[in-house]
Amino acid sequence: MVRLNGPMACKIKKIAVAAGLSLATLGAASAESVVTVAMTAADIPDWAGQPDQGFEGTRFVGYSLYEGLVSWDLSSSDKEVDIIPGLATAWNVDPENPRRWLFDLRTDAAFHDGCAWNADAAEWNISRLIDEAHPAFSPVQFARARSRTSAIEGVEKVDEDTIAITTKTVESLFPYNLVYVLMLSKCAVEAAGNDFAVYAEAPAGSGPYKFGSVVPHERLELVKNEDYWNQARIPKHDKLVLLPMPEATTRAAALLSGQVNFVEAPSPDMIPALEGAGMQIITNAYPHTWPYILNNLTAPFNDVRVRQAINYAVNRDDMVAMLGGIAAISYGPYTKSQANYGEAFEYPHDPAKATALLQEAGCYPCTITVAISPSGSGQMQPLPMNELVKAQLEQAGFVVNFEVIDWNTMITVYSSGAVAYPQYNAVNFSSAVMEPLTFVKNFMRKYQTPNGSNWGGYYNEQVEALLEETITSFDADHRNDLLRQAHKIVTEDGARLTVVSDLNPRALAPNLSGFVQAQSWFQDMTPIVVNE
Amino acid sequence: MWTYAAQRVLYAIPIALGVSIVCFCLVYLAPGDPLQSLLPADATAEDIAAIRRLYGFDKALPLQYLDWLVRVISGDLGISLQTNRPVLEEVLRALSNTLSIAVGAVLLAFVLAFTLGTIAAYNRGKLIDRVATALSAVGVSIPNYWLAIVLVIVFAVNLRWLPATGMGGQGSDSFNWLDWDQARYAILPMVTMALLPLGVVMRSSRSAVAEVLGQDFVQMLRAKGLRPIAILTHAVRNALPQILAIMGLQLGYLIGGSILIETIFTWPGTGFLMSKAILTRDIPLLQGTILVLALAFVAINLVVDILQTVVDPRVKRA
Repeated sequence: MVRLNGPMACKIKKIAVAAGLSLATLGAASAESVVTVAMTAADIPDWAGQPDQGFEGTRFVGYSLYEGLVSWDLSSSDKEVDIIPGLATAWNVDPENPRRWLFDLRTDAAFHDGCAWNADAAEWNISRLIDEAHPAFSPVQFARARSRTSAIEGVEKVDEDTIAITTKTVESLFPYNLVYVLMLSKCAVEAAGNDFAVYAEAPAGSGPYKFGSVVPHERLELVKNEDYWNQARIPKHDKLVLLPMPEATTRAAALLSGQVNFVEAPSPDMIPALEGAGMQIITNAYPHTWPYILNNLTAPFNDVRVRQAINYAVNRDDMVAMLGGIAAISYGPYTKSQANYGEAFEYPHDPAKATALLQEAGCYPCTITVAISPSGSGQMQPLPMNELVKAQLEQAGFVVNFEVIDWNTMITVYSSGAVAYPQYNAVNFSSAVMEPLTFVKNFMRKYQTPNGSNWGGYYNEQVEALLEETITSFDADHRNDLLRQAHKIVTEDGARLTVVSDLNPRALAPNLSGFVQAQSWFQDMTPIVVNE
Repeated sequence: MWTYAAQRVLYAIPIALGVSIVCFCLVYLAPGDPLQSLLPADATAEDIAAIRRLYGFDKALPLQYLDWLVRVISGDLGISLQTNRPVLEEVLRALSNTLSIAVGAVLLAFVLAFTLGTIAAYNRGKLIDRVATALSAVGVSIPNYWLAIVLVIVFAVNLRWLPATGMGGQGSDSFNWLDWDQARYAILPMVTMALLPLGVVMRSSRSAVAEVLGQDFVQMLRAKGLRPIAILTHAVRNALPQILAIMGLQLGYLIGGSILIETIFTWPGTGFLMSKAILTRDIPLLQGTILVLALAFVAINLVVDILQTVVDPRVKRA
């Protein structure tokens, strides 16, 4: 069976399903329509504010119940996702102070409990995440939002519909942070006595779904918000039910037995069976790469020849084939589907050249130790993928030692940086450059971990200058031009070994239509129609 | 009997204290950081230090242990780092969910295993003995996660007789063994869970009953002309304390939950809870779960000890 991938495939599948089911839709009864999602998370993401469970929590709970001042445009599968107005209709930097941002707030939005959305609500929400003395301060929420709010120096109400946020330094990319800072009903939190365990019994955001009911650890039911300010995004189904199901086989079985109708990340070997049973398999490119992040600070990867050698040694086509086509070849932190991929340096599979480079660098055979995890958010199929990479690298003259550590330990290693873990020459840690700020933090020296996410201490003078200009430039086109130049240098430098990018497979029951898989970690569930 | 029970309860106190120290230390010895799963991967050292201070993880380990112990003695197991809910509430909910299948699994295993083991012992060397022995070997050899997947494929996906996952259409809050719509969710996990104790108890029953049947007093009973069923009754009563002890251990293992079975069936029990606590280094939840399970294990063995004295008064005298 031929499976179509990419944006066009999404469109074709969407049209086919919609056409095939349109007649059935005409005769649909008025029974409650429910989208039941089997998530990969092992628990229900926290629904009482800033969610946990990584981006899956933000995807299904965060952006269903809540919104930020800024949102993602998830309306299309054909274009790259960027930020759009959310609970703020516009934002501008103060012409007299480049650290002061002015946000015009939406006047037609309200919280689910009827509480007003205005400057007081916005100021209260941001203050509670930055001020430990705030009555609604919560260490958990503070921790989850910290990397997005640490740039904020203060927030103030300008008038009823405008707030000003001041950053600690000039940051032209600051609004990208606010897409992750979700707004809660001040009335609901105060009614709960500022206790988030109590608030969790009746949470209120402003998103397209309202809280319905919950059985902790088992199921969360969200119901359609008929009064949502964005008429186009009022859900096309009555209820969204979220079930945690960490085991891929269980998710597939639940779909096949009719217990759920929407499954996240079916395993590649289950996809043919699901297709054979008539399920829709939907894939699309999105910013999610599978790299080895190299320790650029010490030998052997402080030598550009060794970094290039590892890039030449890997056969990316073989990896895509092994994954059954649910991945795409990738060469850098930006995926080919992203505009800022630009003219990235693309390494052909050339083991002979890799060997020659290793010999020239005086590292042949070249022994490296790589930290890998057997599972983890965004790690795809880490064990077979790493085995394949090892086999390919060893053909070119590397000797690869793996140190297998669990996901939590891997996060510790990543957050502490290569300086704290000199025993690792590389870490296999998935990467998501969804917004320019992430790219900047991955490759600038001042963001070397633990001060950011430049784990391996990559440094290139040209890249440093380009990125410095990027974070201080308020011209988006110019910024993107700078990022493309930096991306070209970073790939040519072999700063990382990026092998593939994920195509994010999902399996849907045949009677669902209308889902548009955006090129993002986040998705809009509201257009889904449940047909009879 | 009450003095005996009181003695056993007193013995349990130092065990609980020892368990609390071991589980507290083990959790900290493991690599990884409880705060990492709260913070995004790009959190700075400054952010991590701020959160560590907020949660009290910056204190010396003995001080943290003493704080925890004082709270535990007053019945407060702390708050889960991940869910922000009381640990005691989380553990008791999970324990109740696990018990709802573990008790059924043990009863199922006990009845089947004891019956088959006894029959096999009475018919040593015959075909029925060989079949029972083979069954018990299968029970202890088949990986339960494999059986779980096979059962799901056959009964949930192909036949669609039973659900593949979860604890009822509305979750554990509305689970009820007396309502078939809910109870059917428990069948596959319960059967899978029963497999291992089935094998273990069958082997033990066979050997215990066979050993008793070989004793002199059984020869005497035969010589006196007792019917086979009466002889078997005597033999079973003598073998029962040993089998009860094994059953107690098996139930103890099962209430710890099977991480694999509960993960495959998404059954929200103690195994599933503990695996999540381990993966996220949710220290208060992990410590609370281990402590409650250890105490439950001690309590079950206490009940089994008392049952043994009821079945066989010689145990008390020993």
